[in-house]
Amino acid sequence: MMSMDLMTFLDMGGYARFVWPAYGVSLFSLLAILIFSLRSLKAREREFEALKSQRRGDRA
Amino acid sequence: MKIANAIFPWAAGLAVLLFAVGLPIALVTSPPDYQQGETVRILYLHVPAAVMGEMIYYAMASGSAAYLIWRHPMAGLVAKASAPVGAMFTALCLICGMLWGEPMWGTFWVWDARLTSTLIMFFIYLGYIALGDAFEDPERGDRAAAILALVGVVNVPIIKFSVNWWNTLHQPASLSLTKSNMSGEMLLPLFLMMGAYGMFYVTVLVIRVRSELLAAKIRNARMSQIAGNEAAQAIG
Amino acid sequence: MSMTRKRRRLYFVMLGLLGLGAGTALVLTAFQDNIVFFFSPTEVAERHVTPDQRIRIGGLVEKGSVQKNGENISFSLTDLSKTMTVQYKGLLPDLFREGQGIVAEGRVDPSGVFIANEIMAKHDEKYMPREVADALKKSGRWKEGEPMPGDIRPGNAVSDGLKPTSETPVTPVAPAAPAAPQP
Repeated sequence: MMSMDLMTFLDMGGYARFVWPAYGVSLFSLLAILIFSLRSLKAREREFEALKSQRRGDRA
Repeated sequence: MKIANAIFPWAAGLAVLLFAVGLPIALVTSPPDYQQGETVRILYLHVPAAVMGEMIYYAMASGSAAYLIWRHPMAGLVAKASAPVGAMFTALCLICGMLWGEPMWGTFWVWDARLTSTLIMFFIYLGYIALGDAFEDPERGDRAAAILALVGVVNVPIIKFSVNWWNTLHQPASLSLTKSNMSGEMLLPLFLMMGAYGMFYVTVLVIRVRSELLAAKIRNARMSQIAGNEAAQAIG
Repeated sequence: MSMTRKRRRLYFVMLGLLGLGAGTALVLTAFQDNIVFFFSPTEVAERHVTPDQRIRIGGLVEKGSVQKNGENISFSLTDLSKTMTVQYKGLLPDLFREGQGIVAEGRVDPSGVFIANEIMAKHDEKYMPREVADALKKSGRWKEGEPMPGDIRPGNAVSDGLKPTSETPVTPVAPAAPAAPQP
C-alpha cells in the first residue's frame, strides 16, 4: 500500500506528466554524458598504453 | 592541467553534495508556486540549464578566440571539450522549458525571440561539433569550428536581452544583480541546482580535456610511428 | 616577427567580431516588426489591421470581464489605454486568469472584435508560495495581476504583464514574517 503522502507527491498537483519527464530527461542526460566521457577517456588511456608498450617492444 | 587535476576532486565532490542537497529541496520540500503550482519545480532544472548553456558558450568562444589568436592549444581543447556539454544543457533547457510551457502558457513552443534565439544557439553548438570532425586535417577542422564559435557569440547576448528588446511570450528575467522577483524559499533550490550544474560542468570538462589531450598524444604517436616505419623501410 | 603576426590575428578577430555585431544589430533593427511576437491593442488600432491578417495581440485580461458560456469565452484585453473584446472557443492555459497578461492569436473581425483561435498565458516572472501571496493580498499591499509592492512607477501594471519591469526593486518576501511592512 502506498501512503497518501507519496501518492500526492508523485501526482505533483496533477502536473506529474510534465514535472517527472523534466527531471527524468535531465538526470538521464547528465548521467549519460558523464558515463560517455569517462568511457572514452578510459578507452584512450588503454590505447595510449598499448602504443607505448608497442614502441618499447619495437626498440627492444 | 595541474590546476585541473587539483580542482577535479573538489568539483566532483561539490557536484555530488549540491545534487544531494538541492534535488530533495527542489522536488520535495520547496513550496509550490501561487500560480504555477508544482510546475515551478521544472524551473529549478530549466533555468540552471539555460544559464549553463550560455556560460559554456562564452567559455567555448573565449577558448576558440585564444586558440585562433595565440594558437593556444590548451584553450582550443577546452573549447572542444565544452561543446557537447553546452549542447546538452541547451537541449535540456529547451526540453524542460517546453514541459513547463505546455501546461502554463498553453503551448509547447512558440517562435518568439527568446525561444528562437536559444534554438539557434543549440544549432550553433551542433554545427561546431560537426565542423570539428568534417576535415581530414584535424587542425583545419578545429580552426573552422573556432571561427564558427566566434561568429555565433553575437547570438548569446541576443538570447539574454531578447525579452527586454522585443515583445515575447517568454517572461523577462526574475533575477538580476539588483532585484529579485522570487521568494527566498524558491531561490534556495534554484541556486543549489545552479551550483550543482556548474560543478558538474567543471567535473565533466576535466574528464573530457584529459581525454582530448590523450587523443592528441595518440595521434602524434601514430604519426611518428608511420614516419619511423617509412624511414626504416627506406633504409632497409 | 611572430609577435606582430599574433597581434595582427588579434586585431583581425576583434574587427571581425565588431563588424559581425554591427551587422547583427542592423539586421535586427530592420526586422524589428517581425521579431515582435505580439501587438498591444493600441498598436492594433494604429495599424488598421484588416480581417484577413492573422495577428497576435497581447495585454492584460480586464478584471470582471471574463464571460464563460460552456466552451465559448469572451473577455476584454487591455493595455490600459485601449481595450479590445476577445472571443475564443476552446481550452484555456492554466495561468489564464483575470488581471493576467495573455497573448491571443487570431483575426480582428470587421466589428473590431478579436476572434482568437489560440490563447497563451504570459507568466509574470513572480515566484512565491501561495501563503505569501495570500498574506500580501490580505494585508492589501498587493493584488494579483498588479505590480508587487515597492513598484510605484505609474502605468507599470501594463509593462508588468507585457514588457520588462526593468529596475523593479522588489524585495524577496520573507515567508516567516509575511505581514511585516516593507520599506
